[in-house]
Amino acid sequence: MRPKRKRLYAVMAALLCLGGATALVLAAFEDSLAFFYAPKDLVATPPGPEQAVRLGGLVAVGSVERDGEEVRFEITDNIESVAVAYSGILPDLFREGQGVVVEGKLGPGALFQAHTVLAKHDETYMPPEVAEALKASGEWRPEADGSQAQ
Amino acid sequence: MIPELGHYALVLALLVALSQSVLPLYGAARGAGRLMAFADHAALVQFLLLAFAFAALVQSYLVSDFTVVNVVQNSHSMKPLLYKFAGAWGNHEGSLLLWVLMLALFGAGVALFGRNLPASLRARVLAVQALIALGFLAFMLATSNPFLRIFPPPLDGRDLNPLLQDPGLAFHPPLLYLGYVGFSLVFSFAVAALLEGKIDPAWARWVRPWTLIAWTALTAGIALGARWAYYELGWGGWWFWDPVENVSFMPWLAGTALLHCVSVVEKREAFRAWTVLLAILVFSLSLLGTFIVRSGLLTSVHAFAVDPERGVFILALLFIAIGGSLAIFAWRAPALAGGGAFMPVSREGGLLLNNLLLSVACGTVLFGTLYPLFLELITGEVVSVGPQFYNKTFVPLSIPLLVLLGIGPFLPWKRADLSKVLPRLLGAASASLAVAILAAILLGGGPVMAVLFMGLAAWLVLSSLVELAERLRLFKIPLRDSLSRLTGLPRRQWGMTLAHAGLGIAIAGMTASSVWKEEQIKTLQPGESLEIAGYELTLTDVERVTGPNYQAEQANLRVTVEGEEIGLLRPERRFYPVQRMPTTEAAIRITVLGDLYAVLGDTSADPRAGYLLRVYFEPLVIWIWVGTLIMVVGGVLAISARQPQRVAAARRASPQPAE
Repeated sequence: MRPKRKRLYAVMAALLCLGGATALVLAAFEDSLAFFYAPKDLVATPPGPEQAVRLGGLVAVGSVERDGEEVRFEITDNIESVAVAYSGILPDLFREGQGVVVEGKLGPGALFQAHTVLAKHDETYMPPEVAEALKASGEWRPEADGSQAQ
Repeated sequence: MIPELGHYALVLALLVALSQSVLPLYGAARGAGRLMAFADHAALVQFLLLAFAFAALVQSYLVSDFTVVNVVQNSHSMKPLLYKFAGAWGNHEGSLLLWVLMLALFGAGVALFGRNLPASLRARVLAVQALIALGFLAFMLATSNPFLRIFPPPLDGRDLNPLLQDPGLAFHPPLLYLGYVGFSLVFSFAVAALLEGKIDPAWARWVRPWTLIAWTALTAGIALGARWAYYELGWGGWWFWDPVENVSFMPWLAGTALLHCVSVVEKREAFRAWTVLLAILVFSLSLLGTFIVRSGLLTSVHAFAVDPERGVFILALLFIAIGGSLAIFAWRAPALAGGGAFMPVSREGGLLLNNLLLSVACGTVLFGTLYPLFLELITGEVVSVGPQFYNKTFVPLSIPLLVLLGIGPFLPWKRADLSKVLPRLLGAASASLAVAILAAILLGGGPVMAVLFMGLAAWLVLSSLVELAERLRLFKIPLRDSLSRLTGLPRRQWGMTLAHAGLGIAIAGMTASSVWKEEQIKTLQPGESLEIAGYELTLTDVERVTGPNYQAEQANLRVTVEGEEIGLLRPERRFYPVQRMPTTEAAIRITVLGDLYAVLGDTSADPRAGYLLRVYFEPLVIWIWVGTLIMVVGGVLAISARQPQRVAAARRASPQPAE
């Protein structure tokens, strides 16, 4: 009797933990997933103002403007471009003509309000989503980042 | 010549690993002593060969041998010596060599210090360890040879990514690998024990120190990585729930669970099947981490350059290792049922709940990390799972775990009486409540969750202190006697107390610095100032400075409190000409109450526009490092508590557990 009872308690505790975790995961999923958009997707099907979005593409050459604390630039997949506003200091590997991923929400006037600009660890590394988006728009040149952008 | 010798040593190591994995297994099955003893020699030879190969790579870096592709891609003749040295493992190939070297180091450790293990178990452990090495050596020689030559050699190298030119590179990856790879040995012990068909308290006593070594190294490695990401701008602060951070955290969670259930096997011989399964899972999670970092499948700031061929190879290794070991587990585990009986409320019951909660928490991290991968495979949609997800799943799940953590050490084995245990903790509980309220008042309100976690942090520290005081019989016997008990306390006991209290201290720092952080962004002209958290920062001037392989702009910020100067902050913006890359060096003023953190932004072409400065106040952040350091010290003490003679003697005296 005892070992069976013991196992029953253990199984019940395990189910309780799993159930709790599953409930938490499902509840968290509603509003903490960020969907990835390429500029052309963002223009074609704009997300709602509350939807967390990751936007990836190339920083359009000549588009970076700094105004006091705010910096504005455009992200492009060479089909469409999206204007992005970001307050703060850009990561070290942020450069015109290079791949970038920003996180934030689409604000009024089709201006993307970014709260995070993702830096890369390694110069030869391209975020996979950006690579996919560029491949989809025919702009993918595996050897064309880094030195040639300078 | 030296790179060729290094390459040759790698090939020889592969052959040694092959024979080390086959012959001892055959020997153990046949009871052939000489074949089993071969494993010891092979493990040592394999380690020496790999140490030689690693030394050859480091030497190529130190002398800037630009005939080696790996050196060309990651080094430069002008690079400071420390980074020439550490740069050897700042890339995919070199870090893989370090990984395999650690693998062999643990094998050699068993061959040297495992003399009291039964011959067949030792032979099998070393054979499984060699199988893992075999897989990784084949992977390295087939896809990632660090000794490839280039002709004609270029005049100079492409330099190491400036972001990696940091003392953190010298310590963070080796410690992390020591942790990951340390769990490989626990895995080998688990598989070997399954093959032996015998898991007893003696097995747990051998596994425990190795688990502790891996756990301690992993704790230190993760903490150092968090510290590095904290002061390196753009890496998202000390923790970002980035996939690559997660894959080091999952083995840590599972490894922590393993550490706790190994002691149940040791003392009570219960949970044997679960312990073995956990040992397999911990190493599987480490392998998964290696796979994710190197396959480029997930977006991460830490990823190495992508090569699909490598990803497929590691995926195959992953499947063989996990699938194979789980198959052996399924075959042998039914023999492992049973063990000491216990009541639900007992030390065993508490540790069972600890393991359940840690596993489920680890599961949510795993789910969040892999979900984007599966969703993309199935629907083609690309999503990312951000810190929000973990704040809503992992963080609430850790609450019962932390509450339980304070109570667990008070529960006796087999059967506990909560009505006797809880009153002993009343003082600690009410003091923790007071700390939570005090934190809410001092830090100016804040989310309920944050206040709760400040209380839980105090709970961990205080309940550990109460437990320690009870062991010393503090104030119950003369103070002098308590002090002599203090010095006589077993190191293992110290390890637990320090690890638990250290976690509490670290949690206080984590909570405060993420919730009550202050931030200011402002463009300043020289002479202007900004205010944050009661400090006034005045930009006096910006000057140009030259480093060994970079030039920099350095801002001088005078820090004053109520008009009194207390220090100077000098954030820099560096430019590395070889890689044509700017880096931002934050200036940090560390105090016990919080860090003042200043960053100099990219200056616009027109200097009259002023300088962009971003300043943070991070409350209590130093306690994250202090707390994790205390945990590591606890781990080291517990490792040093090993008493092999007594273990061996106990084993000879009684095959049954003492209790």
